[in-house]
Amino acid sequence: MIRLISILAGLFFTVALGWALILGVVGLAHDGLPTSAEKKFHEHPKELALASDGMFGKFDRQQLQRGFQVYKEVCANCHAIKLVAFRDLKALGYNEDEVKAVAKGYKVPAYNPGMGEMKTHDGTMADHFPPVVYAGQGSPPDLSLITKARHGGAAYVYSLLTGYQNPPADLPKENQPGAGLYYNPYFANLNIAMPKPLTSDGQVSYKDGTKATVDQMAQDVSAFLVWTAEPKLEKRHQTGWAVLGFLLFATILAYMAYRNVWADKKGH
Amino acid sequence: MSFPWANEYQPQHPLMQWLDAKLPLPRLVYNAIGAGYPVPRNLNYFWNFGVLAGVCLVIQILTGVILAMHYAGNADLAFNSTEHIMRDVNWGWMLRYMHSNGASAFFVVVYIHIFRGFFYGSYKAPREMIWLLGVVIFLLMMATAFMGYVLPWGQMSFWGAQVITGLFSAIPLVGDALHTWLLGGFAPDNAALNRFFSLHFLLPFVILGVVILHIWALHIPGSSNPTGVEVKSESDTVPFHPYYTAKDGWGLGAFLLIYCAVVFFAPNALGHPDNYIPANPMQTPAHIVPEWYFWPFYAILRAFTQNFPLLGIPAKLLGVMGMFSAILVWFFLPWLDRSPVRSGHFRPTFRKFYWLLVIDVAVLGYCGGSPAEEPFVIISQIAAIYYFLHFLVVLPIVSSIEQPEPLPFSITEAVLGSDQAASLAPAE
Repeated sequence: MIRLISILAGLFFTVALGWALILGVVGLAHDGLPTSAEKKFHEHPKELALASDGMFGKFDRQQLQRGFQVYKEVCANCHAIKLVAFRDLKALGYNEDEVKAVAKGYKVPAYNPGMGEMKTHDGTMADHFPPVVYAGQGSPPDLSLITKARHGGAAYVYSLLTGYQNPPADLPKENQPGAGLYYNPYFANLNIAMPKPLTSDGQVSYKDGTKATVDQMAQDVSAFLVWTAEPKLEKRHQTGWAVLGFLLFATILAYMAYRNVWADKKGH
Repeated sequence: MSFPWANEYQPQHPLMQWLDAKLPLPRLVYNAIGAGYPVPRNLNYFWNFGVLAGVCLVIQILTGVILAMHYAGNADLAFNSTEHIMRDVNWGWMLRYMHSNGASAFFVVVYIHIFRGFFYGSYKAPREMIWLLGVVIFLLMMATAFMGYVLPWGQMSFWGAQVITGLFSAIPLVGDALHTWLLGGFAPDNAALNRFFSLHFLLPFVILGVVILHIWALHIPGSSNPTGVEVKSESDTVPFHPYYTAKDGWGLGAFLLIYCAVVFFAPNALGHPDNYIPANPMQTPAHIVPEWYFWPFYAILRAFTQNFPLLGIPAKLLGVMGMFSAILVWFFLPWLDRSPVRSGHFRPTFRKFYWLLVIDVAVLGYCGGSPAEEPFVIISQIAAIYYFLHFLVVLPIVSSIEQPEPLPFSITEAVLGSDQAASLAPAE
């Protein structure tokens, strides 16, 4: 009885799916596989090698400081990094006075219950980077987590920053950038509202003497945004090696114990 | 339960004797996972995965309880409190990565455990109850994992919750009312997040309870084994301790090596980047996909693209029925597969269909993680048809017409060969 019911249930699902399948195949024979210009012209991120890559990855603090400078002088006009606190900047190799000076340069909004109104105060070590008021259209995303929030991570950010170009000649009309949009094949739908932010070499002047080419600035700010997204990356890598080392040792001992215990039993 | 030759617990120390007389908890442990539990001597490494699943559950509960101390179950705070854990809480990043990857590890281990059961016929008499409880555990795991994924309140959290809770609205007549009642609103919001948090904290302990029943039910017939031949004599078994504690011990080490390599060196590899974007009800992600362990069932859900011919059952309802039936059918497995032979080693026809099922589920998984467009829809329809046919039609028919290969006389014979086994056999 149960087998009869089960075979009927199986036929029920087969008919339901088979019918959908037939219609699907007919539709596919009629229309062909879906194609879109977005897929055709979209490009995967370029290669980007950072010091923080790989299982031994560590931050290059000089690069993080340069990246922070690019963020501060260029990106911060529109994009916030609200999840980062000023005190966190010490991890970039700044000393306490330098961090305090950076914080002081920001106005942090705070609600004043005594006055019943919002007011601002100079940033302190305890504050986070304040929200950025953006007057234009659209909503520039917060960049704190951006390298973890996009496929391709830092390489995506780097590619996007250096990927602005003229639309190819064979780009279909509906994919041409409209008013206020810019062609960038690394962006999901090819047209991004952000104007090219890194426009020319020397846009920032690095204190460590590194030549501020557009490519260099893009790499540096991508490295900085890896840090903002995963500030505990170095600690994670260090801890990981200690954990794997211990586990390897323990597992070898456990394996030897296993061989020992089973020595008198055949079949293993 | 147990076999007559099982070791008896004999406490030596007066304190243990006193404890045994008042509350024989050490005796329970001794008989469950100690020297008092005789286990077939021929278990292969696929039998390690039950213990590993238990370890995963413990990892999830321990890390989860600590995470809950720092998490804020509020739609305005949830995302930032998760990042607070990642940035400000001591070792918070490690706890969270252990927990999020622990869910994946738990499912890897449990899927291997389930497919072990499929191949070796572990669901067959006298072990039906173990199997049924196992399916209950799996369903509870799915509910728990789904709600856990909602808690960080990222984009995939929100839209995953939107899609999955939306399934309830497919139920005829009461669907919409039920959907609103379950969510506490018309869309996932603070009310839904709060009840998900509450249930996500509760359900693991329910799982723990069912796991205890699962193990209890296991100890009545005892463990199955790769030959599927029942234990006949003492030479067929070894005491769980030290033999299988040693084997599980090194298996656990190997498992933890892989798990920790992922936790410390690729902690976001199994997640979706969109979940690092705060939930935004006004912006739908390009592709809404659940976590990888739901992909095969998600593919089945999306394979039903047309209303049922003539009857006009809506496609959405069919999808919901199909997705739930894909798991519910496992409850009937002990009665669908009627072959008296348990192990796939001795079932040539069954074995072929088994591997077809493994490939089929992998294909479904791949389609479930891909965008809902051709050719993935057509492929998942073909794969879903086979999935249902396998359990509902193939297994009942194969098990009644198949000629199984000859079975070994006993486990001992399977391990040692018939000559040595004869010398070990008890005089009759």
